[in-house]
Amino acid sequence: MMYDGSKILLGLVIFLIAVTFPFWFSWVNEKSGFVPEPKLPEGEESCVESAEYMKALHMDLLNQWRNAVVRDGRRVYVSSSGNRYEISLTGTCLGCHSNKAEFCDQCHDYVGANPFCWDCHVDTSVSRGEGK
Amino acid sequence: MDESKRGFLKIAGCSVLGVLGAAGMRTATDVGPGGKAVESSTTLSGKKWGMVVDSQRCLENEGCTACIEACHSTHNVPNIADPKEEVKWVWKESYEHTFPTQSHEYTKASLKEKPVLVLCNHCEDPPCVRVCPTQATWKREEDGLVMMDQHRCIGCRYCMVACPYGSRSFNWQDPRNALQGGINPEYPTRTKGVVEKCNFCAERLAKGQEPACVEACRKSAGAGALLFGDLEDPESEVSKLLSEKFSIQRKPGLGTKPQVYYLV
Amino acid sequence: MLEKALRGGRYYWTLIGFLSLAMFVGLLAYLFQMREGLTVTGLSRDVPWGFYIAQFTFLVGVAASAVMVVLPYYLHNHKSFGRLTVLGEFLAIAACGMCMLFVFVDMGQPTRVLNVMLHPTFNSLMFWDFLVLSGYLLLNVVISQVTFGAERKGVPPPRWIKPVIVLSIPWAVSIHTVTAFLYSGLEARAFWMTAILAPRFLASAFASGPSLLIILCLIVRRFTNFDPGREAIRTLSQIVTYALLINVFFVSVELFTGLYRRIHEHVEHFEYLFFGLEGKQALVPWMWTSQLFVLAALIVLLIPKLRKNDTILFVTCFAVVIAIWIEKGLGMVITGFIPSPLGRLTEYAPTPPELLISLGIYAFGALVLTVLYKIATSIREEIELG
Ligand code: HEC
Ligand code: HEC
Ligand code: HEC
Repeated sequence: MMYDGSKILLGLVIFLIAVTFPFWFSWVNEKSGFVPEPKLPEGEESCVESAEYMKALHMDLLNQWRNAVVRDGRRVYVSSSGNRYEISLTGTCLGCHSNKAEFCDQCHDYVGANPFCWDCHVDTSVSRGEGK
Repeated sequence: MDESKRGFLKIAGCSVLGVLGAAGMRTATDVGPGGKAVESSTTLSGKKWGMVVDSQRCLENEGCTACIEACHSTHNVPNIADPKEEVKWVWKESYEHTFPTQSHEYTKASLKEKPVLVLCNHCEDPPCVRVCPTQATWKREEDGLVMMDQHRCIGCRYCMVACPYGSRSFNWQDPRNALQGGINPEYPTRTKGVVEKCNFCAERLAKGQEPACVEACRKSAGAGALLFGDLEDPESEVSKLLSEKFSIQRKPGLGTKPQVYYLV
Repeated sequence: MLEKALRGGRYYWTLIGFLSLAMFVGLLAYLFQMREGLTVTGLSRDVPWGFYIAQFTFLVGVAASAVMVVLPYYLHNHKSFGRLTVLGEFLAIAACGMCMLFVFVDMGQPTRVLNVMLHPTFNSLMFWDFLVLSGYLLLNVVISQVTFGAERKGVPPPRWIKPVIVLSIPWAVSIHTVTAFLYSGLEARAFWMTAILAPRFLASAFASGPSLLIILCLIVRRFTNFDPGREAIRTLSQIVTYALLINVFFVSVELFTGLYRRIHEHVEHFEYLFFGLEGKQALVPWMWTSQLFVLAALIVLLIPKLRKNDTILFVTCFAVVIAIWIEKGLGMVITGFIPSPLGRLTEYAPTPPELLISLGIYAFGALVLTVLYKIATSIREEIELG
């Protein structure tokens, strides 16, 4: 059987460009100077865990919270510094970060994450007319 | 295909998998350990929660819907007009449909039509739990509640097919479009494509409160038609009532052992 | 092998084009269902499963029926099936694929489908069904690939494949048994609560699957130079006859136990199915059609002279497939919900989006089948021409 080397090469190049699309797309985006600026809550000192911890692992923390409440019936979170919080996405997280659009969504839009949590969990800033 | 190409494809396949695997892993390295979740100290604890419906008392206030309204507004249960797509946690069903084996040809037609309050029976041997392919619904061992994990439900509706009481509802459409009365921010809504049902107010029990329907009933004209308590505790109101009065369950012959009892 | 699928005549490409179009329409309908939710179907609180799951149930039978060619050939060395087995296995592959798609489009949260594997639940028959179906698909892909590949090269298949083939036989039985258990294990639904359901499923599968295979063989013979063999088709039609007879027997056994004792909850369903209840009778004409088709098919099949006429056989097999499709798909699944456990009579009929999506899935199955059969027949022609 005959193979056309140049066609294969062209195909490969197109494939590589397509596969790496997310990488260079975000790289180009970064160059364009947009940086997310989540609006931090005023009058609050700290988050439920350190800022570094939250930045890196808030999704895992939320998973842990969810499983604790829904599957194990544990509804209080004792943070590593010993503070107690009621476990609630809407009540606690949005209690401090009261504007989801200006906080959570800032980062998420940037990285292209679109957590489906808000299909069910209530975004109170929208009902207050502040969100988008 | 010759050997070298095959080998190349294998290596390529493995490396793609490897990259995907690495991307899927996230490690807690230098941000320190997190905290832990504990049970709330206010939690009402019971070994086996159950409910007693005094149907006579309930009937005396036939038009009363206090319990239904309380439940549905607390849990953001949508109000969908089309009976085919209704979502219900607690509602009134005719006597004849609730207790099919208890009515016969001489039962007065008017009695057959009488409304009886129905909800999830939190069965001791729940068929819905037995069939669920993902453990999105399961029986909580500590207190006997049949729980529902909306995050895990794949919407296959096998549980609805298995429930002999029609206690489960599927969200055929987006329920948020049918929450005209506003949304209670303290409890999540659901989304289209998941199954839901009464949860015996697990979230309220954790706060030391009795179920919303029971509380609403107590404050209504029909006070005392709904009672809730620990069936394992011989001193509880429900245990005493059940030991003294004549009570029935729905479809006891199926062996599901419903934990909602009816005084008739 | 795949390159064989890329070379074909006008008929072939027209068919491929037509099927792709149908798939595309189905995909559009599915996107619509994704956006609006399952409200676009005719399903309801009282009838939570309908057309999709009915197709699934029917197609599991078609998939399982491959065993009816594999078993005689590999275990009894029934030589005439030699050229047929691969067609049977390919049919099983296409049917398995359609089964999975039908379950998939029925789900409210399709993006979470992996939860079934992430949280394996041994007490759920749905979990087992996923497992045995994927296993069966894999078995058939491996077996057909290996045996057919060997045949093409003109060498005997490797020895290790024999135990795999033997394994596929009970496996085929298991997929349909598990599917029957999915229904018969439910205390809520008196209509399905019968031990004969699994045997009945198998009997009807072994009637409808081989019927479909006969139809396909006759088509293949008509349009290609590959002839699956007269003898093989003869034998298949005998299998259909026996299976259909056994199925009729099983159905009557069920009717007897359902109707002679007058347990209200059982009788109601049969009444709804055959006569209608309180004026609701959506399934009645279908069910009688099905019974009529079975009867007619049986008469033809029992008379060897008629059975041996290819045109008559073709039409008869068609009747068998339609009859079982109605009886097992629509009749068996939907009637289980009517009346509901609360005694409500909510009827069900599929809606246009539901039908379009189903059409798309059938087109997908037909496409897979067309491509696989194209490969099989081209290679067979090649081998035979030397
Ligand atoms: C008590 C109020 C409070 C609560 C409750 C709270 N946060 Fe925070 N959060 C803060 C504050 C204040 C900061 C900024 C901390 C800092 O910069 O040191 C912060 C920072 C963060 C950050 C890092 C943002 C950045 O760019 O530095 C994330 C992510 C975050 N929070 C997510 C959450 C989530 C998710 C929850 C719920 C689990 C939550 N927060 C609950 C007050 C809170
Ligand atoms: C500092 C930026 C930042 C802030 C602020 C932030 N997030 Fe995130 N979030 C991320 C990143 C980055 C991801 C990871 C996306 C990925 O892995 O694809 C993520 C992922 C998530 C995920 C998992 C999504 C998924 O698809 O699995 C959830 C849930 C989530 N965030 C919730 C929140 C909530 C709730 C808030 C606001 C209280 C919040 N986040 C604020 C950056 C942020
Ligand atoms: C299908 C609807 C639905 C979706 C989607 C959903 N949840 Fe939930 N979630 C619930 C329900 C219902 C509860 C139970 C509330 C209770 O018992 O108090 C809950 C509880 C929780 C809780 C604990 C209690 C609370 O109110 O916060 C957390 C944390 C949580 N979910 C996180 C998430 C995250 C993170 C996501 C997105 C990745 C998500 N959920 C998506 C329905 C949903």
